[in-house]
Amino acid sequence: MALTLAEKIISKACGRDRVTPGEIVTCAVDLAMIHDSGGPRRVKPAMDRLGVGVWDASKVVLVSDHFAPCTDAESANILKLTREWAAEQGVLNFYDQQGICHVVTPERGHLRPGMFAVGGDSHSPTGGAFGCYMFGVGATDMLGILVTGETWIKVPETIRIEWSGRLKTGVSAKDMALKMCAALGMDGGDYQAVQYGGDAVGALDMFERMTLCNMAAELGAQTGLIEPDETTATYVEKAGAEPGNWRQFRSDPDAAYRAVHEFSGSDLTPQVAVPHSPATAADVDMVEKAEIDQFYIGACTGAKLNDLEMAAAVLRGKKIAKGKRLTVAPASTQILNAATKSGVIGTLLDAGAGLLPPGCGACAGYGVGVLAEDEVCLATTARNFQGRMGAGSSKVYLASPYTVAASAVTGRIQDPREVLNI
Amino acid sequence: MSGRVWKFGDNINTDVLAPGIYIKLPANELATHCLESVDPEFAGNVKKGDYVVGGRNFGTGSSREQAAQVLKLLGVAAVIAPSFGGIFYRNAFNLGLPAIVSAETGEIEDGHRLSIDLAAGKITNKTTGEQLSAEAVPGNLMALIEAGGLVTYLEKKINENR
Repeated sequence: MALTLAEKIISKACGRDRVTPGEIVTCAVDLAMIHDSGGPRRVKPAMDRLGVGVWDASKVVLVSDHFAPCTDAESANILKLTREWAAEQGVLNFYDQQGICHVVTPERGHLRPGMFAVGGDSHSPTGGAFGCYMFGVGATDMLGILVTGETWIKVPETIRIEWSGRLKTGVSAKDMALKMCAALGMDGGDYQAVQYGGDAVGALDMFERMTLCNMAAELGAQTGLIEPDETTATYVEKAGAEPGNWRQFRSDPDAAYRAVHEFSGSDLTPQVAVPHSPATAADVDMVEKAEIDQFYIGACTGAKLNDLEMAAAVLRGKKIAKGKRLTVAPASTQILNAATKSGVIGTLLDAGAGLLPPGCGACAGYGVGVLAEDEVCLATTARNFQGRMGAGSSKVYLASPYTVAASAVTGRIQDPREVLNI
Repeated sequence: MSGRVWKFGDNINTDVLAPGIYIKLPANELATHCLESVDPEFAGNVKKGDYVVGGRNFGTGSSREQAAQVLKLLGVAAVIAPSFGGIFYRNAFNLGLPAIVSAETGEIEDGHRLSIDLAAGKITNKTTGEQLSAEAVPGNLMALIEAGGLVTYLEKKINENR
Protein backbone atom coordinates (compact mmCIF):
# COMPACT_ATOMS: atom_id res chain seq x y z
CA MET A 1 0.00 0.00 0.00
CA ALA A 2 1.26 3.45 -0.97
CA LEU A 3 2.25 5.76 1.86
CA THR A 4 2.78 9.50 2.21
CA LEU A 5 6.06 10.84 3.60
CA ALA A 6 4.35 11.50 6.95
CA GLU A 7 2.96 7.93 7.07
CA LYS A 8 6.40 6.49 6.26
CA ILE A 9 8.14 8.32 9.10
CA ILE A 10 5.38 7.54 11.60
CA SER A 11 5.39 3.84 10.56
CA LYS A 12 9.13 3.68 11.19
CA ALA A 13 8.77 5.46 14.55
CA CYS A 14 6.08 3.08 15.81
CA GLY A 15 7.84 -0.02 14.47
CA ARG A 16 5.23 -0.98 11.89
CA ASP A 17 5.20 -1.54 8.12
CA ARG A 18 2.37 0.91 7.66
CA VAL A 19 -0.07 3.10 9.53
CA THR A 20 -3.51 4.35 8.55
CA PRO A 21 -4.78 7.91 9.10
CA GLY A 22 -7.02 8.16 12.15
CA GLU A 23 -5.44 5.42 14.24
CA ILE A 24 -3.68 6.31 17.47
CA VAL A 25 -0.13 4.89 17.71
CA THR A 26 2.76 5.19 20.14
CA CYS A 27 6.03 6.35 18.58
CA ALA A 28 9.65 6.28 19.72
CA VAL A 29 11.03 9.82 19.71
CA ASP A 30 14.35 10.34 17.86
CA LEU A 31 14.87 13.85 19.16
CA ALA A 32 13.29 16.03 21.86
CA MET A 33 14.02 19.74 21.48
CA ILE A 34 13.23 22.03 24.39
CA HIS A 35 13.79 25.68 25.29
CA ASP A 36 14.13 27.78 28.42
CA SER A 37 10.46 28.77 28.57
CA GLY A 38 8.62 25.47 28.19
CA GLY A 39 11.58 23.27 29.16
CA PRO A 40 13.47 22.84 32.44
CA ARG A 41 11.52 25.38 34.49
CA ARG A 42 8.25 23.65 33.61
CA VAL A 43 9.32 19.97 33.58
CA LYS A 44 11.70 19.94 36.55
CA PRO A 45 9.09 20.02 39.34
CA ALA A 46 7.24 17.02 37.87
CA MET A 47 10.47 15.13 37.14
CA ASP A 48 11.55 15.65 40.74
CA ARG A 49 8.15 14.42 41.91
CA LEU A 50 8.37 11.32 39.69
CA GLY A 51 11.98 10.74 40.75
CA VAL A 52 13.14 9.98 37.20
CA GLY A 53 15.57 11.60 34.76
CA VAL A 54 15.60 11.99 30.96
CA TRP A 55 15.38 8.73 29.03
CA ASP A 56 18.37 9.45 26.79
CA ALA A 57 20.30 12.71 27.21
CA SER A 58 21.96 12.28 23.79
CA LYS A 59 18.52 12.64 22.15
CA VAL A 60 17.69 15.89 23.94
CA VAL A 61 18.59 19.33 22.54
CA LEU A 62 18.16 22.27 24.91
CA VAL A 63 18.32 25.86 23.66
CA SER A 64 17.90 29.00 25.74
CA ASP A 65 16.19 31.51 23.48
CA HIS A 66 12.92 32.90 24.89
CA PHE A 67 14.38 34.69 27.91
CA ALA A 68 17.91 34.95 26.50
CA PRO A 69 19.66 37.14 27.18
CA CYS A 70 17.81 37.85 30.39
CA THR A 71 16.22 41.23 30.97
CA ASP A 72 15.53 41.13 34.73
CA ALA A 73 16.08 39.00 37.83
CA GLU A 74 13.14 36.70 37.00
CA SER A 75 14.42 35.83 33.54
CA ALA A 76 17.96 35.53 34.93
CA ASN A 77 16.67 32.96 37.41
CA ILE A 78 14.92 31.04 34.62
CA LEU A 79 18.20 30.85 32.67
CA LYS A 80 20.11 29.80 35.81
CA LEU A 81 17.62 26.99 36.39
CA THR A 82 17.97 25.99 32.72
CA ARG A 83 21.76 25.68 33.02
CA GLU A 84 21.57 23.77 36.29
CA TRP A 85 19.03 21.33 34.83
CA ALA A 86 21.23 20.69 31.78
CA ALA A 87 24.18 19.82 34.08
CA GLU A 88 22.02 17.71 36.39
CA GLN A 89 20.50 15.69 33.51
CA GLY A 90 23.77 15.43 31.54
CA VAL A 91 22.28 17.19 28.52
CA LEU A 92 25.38 18.07 26.49
CA ASN A 93 23.47 19.37 23.46
CA PHE A 94 22.83 22.64 25.29
CA TYR A 95 23.07 25.88 23.32
CA ASP A 96 22.98 28.77 25.73
CA GLN A 97 22.10 32.13 24.15
CA GLN A 98 23.17 30.92 20.70
CA GLY A 99 19.90 31.73 18.97
CA ILE A 100 16.41 30.33 18.44
CA CYS A 101 15.85 26.59 18.88
CA HIS A 102 14.22 26.05 15.46
CA VAL A 103 17.29 27.49 13.75
CA VAL A 104 20.06 26.34 16.13
CA THR A 105 18.92 22.68 16.15
CA PRO A 106 19.36 22.11 12.40
CA GLU A 107 22.41 24.38 12.03
CA ARG A 108 24.22 22.33 14.70
CA GLY A 109 23.48 19.10 12.84
CA HIS A 110 20.72 17.59 15.00
CA LEU A 111 18.13 17.08 12.24
CA ARG A 112 18.32 14.41 9.56
CA PRO A 113 15.70 13.29 7.02
CA GLY A 114 13.27 10.67 8.33
CA MET A 115 13.50 11.56 12.01
CA PHE A 116 10.45 11.56 14.27
CA ALA A 117 11.14 14.63 16.38
CA VAL A 118 9.19 16.61 18.95
CA GLY A 119 9.77 20.18 20.07
CA GLY A 120 8.47 22.05 23.08
CA ASP A 121 7.34 24.93 20.91
CA SER A 122 4.56 25.45 18.39
CA HIS A 123 6.91 26.40 15.56
CA SER A 124 8.57 22.97 15.68
CA PRO A 125 7.15 22.06 12.23
CA THR A 126 10.18 24.08 11.01
CA GLY A 127 12.03 20.75 11.21
CA GLY A 128 9.78 19.45 8.42
CA ALA A 129 11.98 21.40 6.01
CA PHE A 130 14.58 18.68 6.61
CA GLY A 131 12.16 15.83 5.90
CA CYS A 132 11.59 15.18 9.61
CA TYR A 133 8.16 14.57 11.12
CA MET A 134 8.52 17.29 13.73
CA PHE A 135 5.72 18.83 15.76
CA GLY A 136 5.20 21.01 18.82
CA VAL A 137 3.90 19.96 22.22
CA GLY A 138 3.31 21.65 25.57
CA ALA A 139 5.38 21.22 28.71
CA THR A 140 3.59 18.27 30.33
CA ASP A 141 3.49 16.41 27.01
CA MET A 142 7.23 17.04 26.78
CA LEU A 143 7.73 15.84 30.33
CA GLY A 144 6.11 12.52 29.34
CA ILE A 145 8.46 12.28 26.34
CA LEU A 146 11.56 13.18 28.37
CA VAL A 147 10.93 10.42 30.90
CA THR A 148 9.60 7.70 28.56
CA GLY A 149 11.18 8.47 25.16
CA GLU A 150 7.84 8.00 23.43
CA THR A 151 4.58 9.74 22.66
CA TRP A 152 1.19 9.09 21.11
CA ILE A 153 0.02 10.45 17.82
CA LYS A 154 -3.21 10.22 15.87
CA VAL A 155 -1.91 9.39 12.40
CA PRO A 156 -2.78 12.43 10.27
CA GLU A 157 -4.00 12.57 6.73
CA THR A 158 -1.67 14.47 4.42
CA ILE A 159 -2.73 17.68 2.71
CA ARG A 160 -0.57 18.37 -0.31
CA ILE A 161 0.19 21.95 -1.31
CA GLU A 162 1.77 22.42 -4.74
CA TRP A 163 3.52 25.63 -5.73
CA SER A 164 4.21 25.91 -9.47
CA GLY A 165 6.58 28.29 -11.27
CA ARG A 166 9.23 30.51 -9.70
CA LEU A 167 9.02 33.38 -7.23
CA LYS A 168 9.70 36.82 -8.67
CA THR A 169 12.30 39.19 -7.18
CA GLY A 170 10.99 40.89 -4.05
CA VAL A 171 8.77 37.89 -3.21
CA SER A 172 9.75 35.22 -0.68
CA ALA A 173 8.68 32.10 1.22
CA LYS A 174 7.09 34.37 3.85
CA ASP A 175 4.72 35.66 1.17
CA MET A 176 3.91 32.05 0.23
CA ALA A 177 3.15 31.25 3.88
CA LEU A 178 0.91 34.29 4.32
CA LYS A 179 -0.89 33.55 1.04
CA MET A 180 -1.67 30.02 2.28
CA CYS A 181 -2.92 31.35 5.64
CA ALA A 182 -5.32 33.64 3.80
CA ALA A 183 -6.47 30.96 1.36
CA LEU A 184 -6.83 28.05 3.78
CA GLY A 185 -7.39 29.79 7.13
CA MET A 186 -5.73 29.22 10.49
CA ASP A 187 -7.45 25.87 10.81
CA GLY A 188 -7.03 24.86 7.17
CA GLY A 189 -4.40 22.35 8.27
CA ASP A 190 -6.89 20.77 10.71
CA TYR A 191 -3.99 19.31 12.75
CA GLN A 192 -3.12 17.04 9.80
CA ALA A 193 0.24 16.87 8.00
CA VAL A 194 0.87 19.38 5.24
CA GLN A 195 3.34 18.44 2.52
CA TYR A 196 4.70 21.25 0.32
CA GLY A 197 5.99 20.54 -3.17
CA GLY A 198 6.27 21.81 -6.73
CA ASP A 199 8.91 23.72 -8.68
CA ALA A 200 8.68 26.90 -6.61
CA VAL A 201 9.35 24.93 -3.41
CA GLY A 202 12.16 22.87 -4.96
CA ALA A 203 13.90 26.10 -5.95
CA LEU A 204 13.95 27.43 -2.37
CA ASP A 205 17.09 27.21 -0.24
CA MET A 206 16.91 25.58 3.21
CA PHE A 207 16.27 28.83 5.09
CA GLU A 208 13.29 29.64 2.86
CA ARG A 209 11.97 26.09 3.20
CA MET A 210 12.22 26.49 6.98
CA THR A 211 10.05 29.62 6.77
CA LEU A 212 7.43 27.70 4.81
CA CYS A 213 7.36 24.77 7.27
CA ASN A 214 7.58 27.08 10.31
CA MET A 215 4.25 28.65 9.38
CA ALA A 216 2.51 25.29 9.01
CA ALA A 217 1.75 26.16 12.64
CA GLU A 218 -0.33 29.13 11.45
CA LEU A 219 -2.23 26.78 9.13
CA GLY A 220 -3.15 24.72 12.19
CA ALA A 221 -1.31 21.67 10.82
CA GLN A 222 0.52 19.27 13.14
CA THR A 223 3.52 19.57 10.88
CA GLY A 224 4.61 20.80 7.45
CA LEU A 225 6.95 18.61 5.43
CA ILE A 226 9.13 18.93 2.35
CA GLU A 227 10.60 15.83 0.72
CA PRO A 228 14.38 15.88 1.16
CA ASP A 229 16.49 16.48 -1.96
CA GLU A 230 20.09 17.40 -2.82
CA THR A 231 19.58 20.84 -1.28
CA THR A 232 18.57 19.19 2.02
CA ALA A 233 21.38 16.64 1.95
CA THR A 234 24.00 19.33 1.27
CA TYR A 235 22.79 21.47 4.19
CA VAL A 236 22.60 18.52 6.60
CA GLU A 237 26.10 17.40 5.67
CA LYS A 238 27.49 20.93 6.05
CA ALA A 239 25.89 21.10 9.50
CA GLY A 240 27.92 18.05 10.49
CA ALA A 241 25.26 15.33 10.30
CA GLU A 242 24.98 12.25 8.14
CA PRO A 243 21.98 12.66 5.78
CA GLY A 244 21.74 8.85 5.44
CA ASN A 245 19.51 7.20 2.88
CA TRP A 246 17.36 10.33 2.43
CA ARG A 247 15.97 9.27 -0.98
CA GLN A 248 13.58 6.80 0.69
CA PHE A 249 11.75 9.62 2.48
CA ARG A 250 9.29 10.59 -0.24
CA SER A 251 5.58 10.07 -0.66
CA ASP A 252 4.81 7.09 -2.88
CA PRO A 253 3.49 8.15 -6.31
CA ASP A 254 -0.01 6.82 -5.66
CA ALA A 255 -0.27 7.81 -1.98
CA ALA A 256 -3.64 9.13 -0.82
CA TYR A 257 -4.12 12.76 0.20
CA ARG A 258 -7.02 14.44 1.94
CA ALA A 259 -6.70 17.34 -0.48
CA VAL A 260 -4.32 18.88 -3.01
CA HIS A 261 -4.15 22.69 -3.15
CA GLU A 262 -2.42 24.47 -6.02
CA PHE A 263 -0.79 27.89 -5.97
CA SER A 264 1.23 29.82 -8.54
CA GLY A 265 4.67 30.94 -7.38
CA SER A 266 5.12 33.09 -10.50
CA ASP A 267 1.92 35.06 -9.87
CA LEU A 268 2.59 35.64 -6.17
CA THR A 269 2.97 39.25 -5.02
CA PRO A 270 4.19 40.57 -1.62
CA GLN A 271 1.63 39.81 1.10
CA VAL A 272 0.72 41.73 4.26
CA ALA A 273 -1.41 40.43 7.15
CA VAL A 274 -3.23 43.06 9.21
CA PRO A 275 -3.97 42.81 12.97
CA HIS A 276 -4.79 40.35 14.56
CA SER A 277 -4.44 37.23 12.40
CA PRO A 278 -2.07 35.87 9.73
CA ALA A 279 -5.17 34.70 7.85
CA THR A 280 -6.03 38.34 6.99
CA ALA A 281 -3.11 38.41 4.52
CA ALA A 282 -3.68 40.19 1.21
CA ASP A 283 -1.64 41.62 -1.68
CA VAL A 284 0.40 44.57 -0.42
CA ASP A 285 -1.37 47.03 -2.74
CA MET A 286 -4.75 46.00 -1.28
CA VAL A 287 -3.70 46.88 2.27
CA GLU A 288 -4.14 50.38 3.70
CA LYS A 289 -0.74 52.11 3.92
CA ALA A 290 -0.80 52.15 7.70
CA GLU A 291 1.70 54.26 9.61
CA ILE A 292 4.12 52.09 11.61
CA ASP A 293 6.07 52.82 14.82
CA GLN A 294 8.40 49.82 14.94
CA PHE A 295 9.75 47.73 12.09
CA TYR A 296 10.87 44.36 13.36
CA ILE A 297 13.08 41.84 11.58
CA GLY A 298 13.35 38.91 13.94
CA ALA A 299 12.24 35.41 14.95
CA CYS A 300 12.73 31.89 13.61
CA THR A 301 10.32 32.87 10.85
CA GLY A 302 12.02 36.04 9.73
CA ALA A 303 15.65 36.59 10.82
CA LYS A 304 17.63 33.78 9.24
CA LEU A 305 20.58 34.61 6.99
CA ASN A 306 18.44 34.87 3.86
CA ASP A 307 15.95 37.13 5.67
CA LEU A 308 18.72 39.53 6.71
CA GLU A 309 20.06 39.45 3.14
CA MET A 310 16.63 40.37 1.75
CA ALA A 311 16.44 43.33 4.13
CA ALA A 312 19.96 44.41 3.19
CA ALA A 313 19.15 44.18 -0.53
CA VAL A 314 16.39 46.73 0.03
CA LEU A 315 18.26 48.99 2.46
CA ARG A 316 21.64 49.19 0.71
CA GLY A 317 22.46 52.91 0.38
CA LYS A 318 19.14 53.96 1.95
CA LYS A 319 18.05 55.33 5.34
CA ILE A 320 15.01 54.44 7.38
CA ALA A 321 12.33 57.13 7.75
CA LYS A 322 12.89 59.84 10.37
CA GLY A 323 11.33 59.16 13.76
CA LYS A 324 10.92 55.42 13.05
CA ARG A 325 12.80 52.48 14.50
CA LEU A 326 13.98 49.35 12.73
CA THR A 327 14.94 46.57 15.10
CA VAL A 328 16.86 43.51 13.93
CA ALA A 329 17.24 40.37 16.07
CA PRO A 330 19.21 37.73 14.11
CA ALA A 331 17.92 34.18 14.60
CA SER A 332 21.27 32.75 15.75
CA THR A 333 24.86 33.64 16.58
CA GLN A 334 26.07 31.67 13.52
CA ILE A 335 23.78 33.77 11.34
CA LEU A 336 24.89 37.00 13.04
CA ASN A 337 28.50 35.98 12.48
CA ALA A 338 27.97 35.15 8.78
CA ALA A 339 25.93 38.31 8.20
CA THR A 340 28.60 40.41 9.91
CA LYS A 341 31.39 38.93 7.78
CA SER A 342 29.43 39.36 4.55
CA GLY A 343 28.66 43.01 5.29
CA VAL A 344 24.90 42.48 5.62
CA ILE A 345 24.83 43.68 9.23
CA GLY A 346 26.87 46.75 8.27
CA THR A 347 24.34 47.58 5.56
CA LEU A 348 21.46 47.32 8.04
CA LEU A 349 23.24 49.46 10.62
CA ASP A 350 24.20 52.05 7.97
CA ALA A 351 20.51 52.35 7.15
CA GLY A 352 19.76 53.14 10.79
CA ALA A 353 18.74 49.75 12.20
CA GLY A 354 19.23 48.83 15.84
CA LEU A 355 20.58 45.39 16.63
CA LEU A 356 19.30 42.98 19.31
CA PRO A 357 21.16 39.87 20.46
CA PRO A 358 20.16 36.57 18.80
CA GLY A 359 17.07 35.03 20.41
CA CYS A 360 13.27 35.14 20.30
CA GLY A 361 13.34 38.84 21.20
CA ALA A 362 10.02 40.65 20.99
CA CYS A 363 8.21 38.10 18.81
CA ALA A 364 6.24 36.51 21.65
CA GLY A 365 6.44 39.48 24.00
CA TYR A 366 8.90 37.69 26.31
CA GLY A 367 12.18 39.46 25.54
CA VAL A 368 13.47 42.92 24.60
CA GLY A 369 11.90 45.25 22.04
CA VAL A 370 8.23 44.84 23.01
CA LEU A 371 5.49 47.34 22.12
CA ALA A 372 3.84 50.05 24.24
CA GLU A 373 0.06 50.68 24.40
CA ASP A 374 -1.39 51.50 20.96
CA GLU A 375 1.94 51.13 19.16
CA VAL A 376 1.94 49.60 15.70
CA CYS A 377 4.58 47.17 14.43
CA LEU A 378 5.31 45.64 11.04
CA ALA A 379 7.17 42.38 11.64
CA THR A 380 8.75 39.43 9.84
CA THR A 381 7.43 37.16 12.62
CA ALA A 382 4.81 34.42 12.19
CA ARG A 383 1.99 35.53 14.44
CA ASN A 384 0.16 38.79 15.11
CA PHE A 385 -2.44 37.87 17.69
CA GLN A 386 -3.74 40.66 19.90
CA GLY A 387 -1.15 41.77 22.45
CA ARG A 388 1.40 39.15 21.37
CA MET A 389 4.37 41.51 21.04
CA GLY A 390 3.67 43.59 24.13
CA ALA A 391 0.86 45.77 25.46
CA GLY A 392 -2.71 44.55 24.92
CA SER A 393 -3.67 47.46 22.67
CA SER A 394 -0.59 47.23 20.42
CA LYS A 395 -1.03 46.07 16.84
CA VAL A 396 1.14 43.89 14.61
CA TYR A 397 1.17 43.60 10.82
CA LEU A 398 3.09 40.72 9.21
CA ALA A 399 5.14 40.72 6.02
CA SER A 400 8.37 39.50 4.43
CA PRO A 401 11.80 40.96 5.21
CA TYR A 402 11.69 42.72 1.82
CA THR A 403 8.42 44.41 2.70
CA VAL A 404 9.41 45.28 6.28
CA ALA A 405 12.71 46.82 5.13
CA ALA A 406 11.07 48.78 2.29
CA SER A 407 8.36 50.04 4.63
CA ALA A 408 11.00 51.20 7.12
CA VAL A 409 12.33 53.49 4.38
CA THR A 410 8.98 55.17 3.75
CA GLY A 411 7.60 54.86 7.29
CA ARG A 412 4.39 53.14 6.20
CA ILE A 413 3.42 49.86 4.59
CA GLN A 414 5.19 49.81 1.26
CA ASP A 415 5.44 47.49 -1.76
CA PRO A 416 9.13 46.43 -1.73
CA ARG A 417 9.22 46.16 -5.51
CA GLU A 418 8.90 49.94 -5.76
CA VAL A 419 11.90 50.49 -3.45
CA LEU A 420 13.86 47.76 -5.27
CA ASN A 421 12.97 49.50 -8.58
CA ILE A 422 11.47 46.35 -10.11
CA MET B 1 -24.16 19.89 39.05
CA SER B 2 -24.29 22.59 36.42
CA GLY B 3 -22.04 25.48 35.50
CA ARG B 4 -22.41 28.83 33.77
CA VAL B 5 -21.31 29.23 30.16
CA TRP B 6 -18.72 31.81 29.13
CA LYS B 7 -19.00 32.01 25.37
CA PHE B 8 -16.25 33.15 23.02
CA GLY B 9 -15.77 33.39 19.25
CA ASP B 10 -13.56 31.62 16.71
CA ASN B 11 -9.76 31.31 16.94
CA ILE B 12 -9.42 32.18 20.65
CA ASN B 13 -5.63 31.95 20.79
CA THR B 14 -2.97 31.21 23.36
CA ASP B 15 -1.73 34.82 23.39
CA VAL B 16 -5.09 36.05 24.72
CA LEU B 17 -5.46 33.05 27.07
CA ALA B 18 -1.98 33.48 28.57
CA PRO B 19 -0.44 36.80 27.44
CA GLY B 20 3.32 36.71 26.84
CA ILE B 21 4.04 39.86 28.84
CA TYR B 22 2.75 38.12 32.00
CA ILE B 23 4.23 34.69 31.28
CA LYS B 24 7.02 35.00 33.88
CA LEU B 25 4.46 35.49 36.65
CA PRO B 26 3.39 32.53 38.80
CA ALA B 27 0.50 30.70 37.12
CA ASN B 28 -2.15 31.89 39.61
CA GLU B 29 -1.22 35.53 38.85
CA LEU B 30 -1.04 34.89 35.10
CA ALA B 31 -4.58 33.47 35.43
CA THR B 32 -5.93 36.89 36.47
CA HIS B 33 -5.00 38.14 32.95
CA CYS B 34 -6.63 35.20 31.13
CA LEU B 35 -8.68 36.49 28.14
CA GLU B 36 -8.54 40.07 29.48
CA SER B 37 -8.03 41.60 26.02
CA VAL B 38 -11.20 39.83 24.80
CA ASP B 39 -13.41 39.93 27.91
CA PRO B 40 -12.03 41.87 30.91
CA GLU B 41 -14.87 40.49 33.11
CA PHE B 42 -14.00 36.83 32.61
CA ALA B 43 -11.03 36.11 34.90
CA GLY B 44 -12.51 37.95 37.90
CA ASN B 45 -15.98 36.44 37.65
CA VAL B 46 -15.63 32.87 36.37
CA LYS B 47 -16.52 30.35 39.09
CA LYS B 48 -15.45 26.81 39.82
CA GLY B 49 -17.45 24.42 37.65
CA ASP B 50 -18.18 26.95 34.90
CA TYR B 51 -17.72 26.09 31.22
CA VAL B 52 -15.89 27.90 28.46
CA VAL B 53 -17.57 27.47 25.09
CA GLY B 54 -15.49 28.57 22.14
CA GLY B 55 -15.79 28.79 18.38
CA ARG B 56 -13.67 27.04 15.80
CA ASN B 57 -9.97 26.40 16.46
CA PHE B 58 -10.06 27.20 20.18
CA GLY B 59 -6.54 27.46 21.66
CA THR B 60 -4.77 28.01 18.36
CA GLY B 61 -1.22 29.32 18.47
CA SER B 62 1.60 28.71 20.88
CA SER B 63 2.52 25.47 22.67
CA ARG B 64 2.45 27.35 25.98
CA GLU B 65 0.62 25.03 28.31
CA GLN B 66 -0.30 27.94 30.56
CA ALA B 67 -3.17 28.64 28.13
CA ALA B 68 -4.91 25.50 29.41
CA GLN B 69 -3.43 25.72 32.91
CA VAL B 70 -4.94 29.13 33.66
CA LEU B 71 -8.43 27.92 32.67
CA LYS B 72 -7.99 24.95 35.00
CA LEU B 73 -6.73 27.23 37.81
CA LEU B 74 -9.75 29.52 37.36
CA GLY B 75 -11.96 26.49 37.98
CA VAL B 76 -13.21 25.89 34.44
CA ALA B 77 -14.69 22.36 34.34
CA ALA B 78 -14.32 21.82 30.59
CA VAL B 79 -13.84 23.68 27.33
CA ILE B 80 -16.32 22.92 24.55
CA ALA B 81 -15.72 23.92 20.94
CA PRO B 82 -16.39 22.69 17.39
CA SER B 83 -12.61 22.30 16.94
CA PHE B 84 -9.41 22.94 18.86
CA GLY B 85 -5.83 23.96 18.13
CA GLY B 86 -4.05 20.58 18.18
CA ILE B 87 -1.41 21.46 20.78
CA PHE B 88 -3.94 23.09 23.12
CA TYR B 89 -6.13 19.98 22.86
CA ARG B 90 -3.27 17.72 24.00
CA ASN B 91 -2.21 20.19 26.70
CA ALA B 92 -5.71 20.37 28.17
CA PHE B 93 -5.97 16.60 28.69
CA ASN B 94 -2.40 16.42 30.00
CA LEU B 95 -3.50 18.85 32.73
CA GLY B 96 -6.78 17.06 33.41
CA LEU B 97 -8.96 19.67 31.68
CA PRO B 98 -11.47 18.04 29.30
CA ALA B 99 -11.59 19.56 25.82
CA ILE B 100 -14.90 18.50 24.28
CA VAL B 101 -15.50 18.61 20.53
CA SER B 102 -19.12 19.43 19.71
CA ALA B 103 -20.58 20.67 16.46
CA GLU B 104 -23.67 21.89 18.32
CA THR B 105 -22.18 24.82 20.27
CA GLY B 106 -24.44 27.12 18.24
CA GLU B 107 -27.23 25.97 20.60
CA ILE B 108 -25.36 27.38 23.60
CA GLU B 109 -25.38 31.06 24.57
CA ASP B 110 -23.34 33.07 27.03
CA GLY B 111 -24.86 32.75 30.50
CA HIS B 112 -26.63 29.42 29.81
CA ARG B 113 -26.09 26.62 32.32
CA LEU B 114 -24.78 23.22 31.23
CA SER B 115 -24.00 19.83 32.63
CA ILE B 116 -21.80 17.29 30.88
CA ASP B 117 -21.60 13.51 30.90
CA LEU B 118 -18.05 12.99 29.65
CA ALA B 119 -18.16 9.22 29.32
CA ALA B 120 -21.42 9.31 27.35
CA GLY B 121 -20.39 12.34 25.27
CA LYS B 122 -23.56 14.20 26.22
CA ILE B 123 -24.06 17.88 26.98
CA THR B 124 -27.30 19.02 28.62
CA ASN B 125 -28.23 22.67 28.23
CA LYS B 126 -30.05 23.20 31.54
CA THR B 127 -31.32 26.61 30.42
CA THR B 128 -33.06 25.40 27.24
CA GLY B 129 -33.48 21.76 28.22
CA GLU B 130 -31.78 20.64 25.00
CA GLN B 131 -29.52 17.60 24.75
CA LEU B 132 -26.46 18.26 22.61
CA SER B 133 -24.11 15.64 21.24
CA ALA B 134 -20.34 15.69 21.46
CA GLU B 135 -17.55 13.51 20.11
CA ALA B 136 -16.50 10.70 22.42
CA VAL B 137 -13.16 11.34 24.14
CA PRO B 138 -10.54 8.77 22.93
CA GLY B 139 -9.67 6.09 25.51
CA ASN B 140 -6.05 7.19 26.00
CA LEU B 141 -7.22 10.72 26.84
CA MET B 142 -10.10 9.56 29.04
CA ALA B 143 -7.44 7.72 31.08
CA LEU B 144 -5.65 11.04 31.62
CA ILE B 145 -8.84 12.73 32.84
CA GLU B 146 -9.54 9.85 35.21
CA ALA B 147 -5.98 10.05 36.58
CA GLY B 148 -6.23 13.84 36.98
CA GLY B 149 -3.60 14.56 34.32
CA LEU B 150 -0.48 13.07 32.74
CA VAL B 151 1.84 13.59 35.72
CA THR B 152 -0.39 11.59 38.10
CA TYR B 153 -0.92 9.04 35.34
CA LEU B 154 2.85 8.59 34.91
CA GLU B 155 3.38 8.55 38.68
CA LYS B 156 1.00 5.61 38.99
CA LYS B 157 2.64 3.78 36.08
CA ILE B 158 6.16 4.33 37.43
CA ASN B 159 5.19 3.22 40.95
CA GLU B 160 3.57 0.05 39.55
CA ASN B 161 6.86 -0.84 37.84
CA ARG B 162 9.01 -0.12 40.87
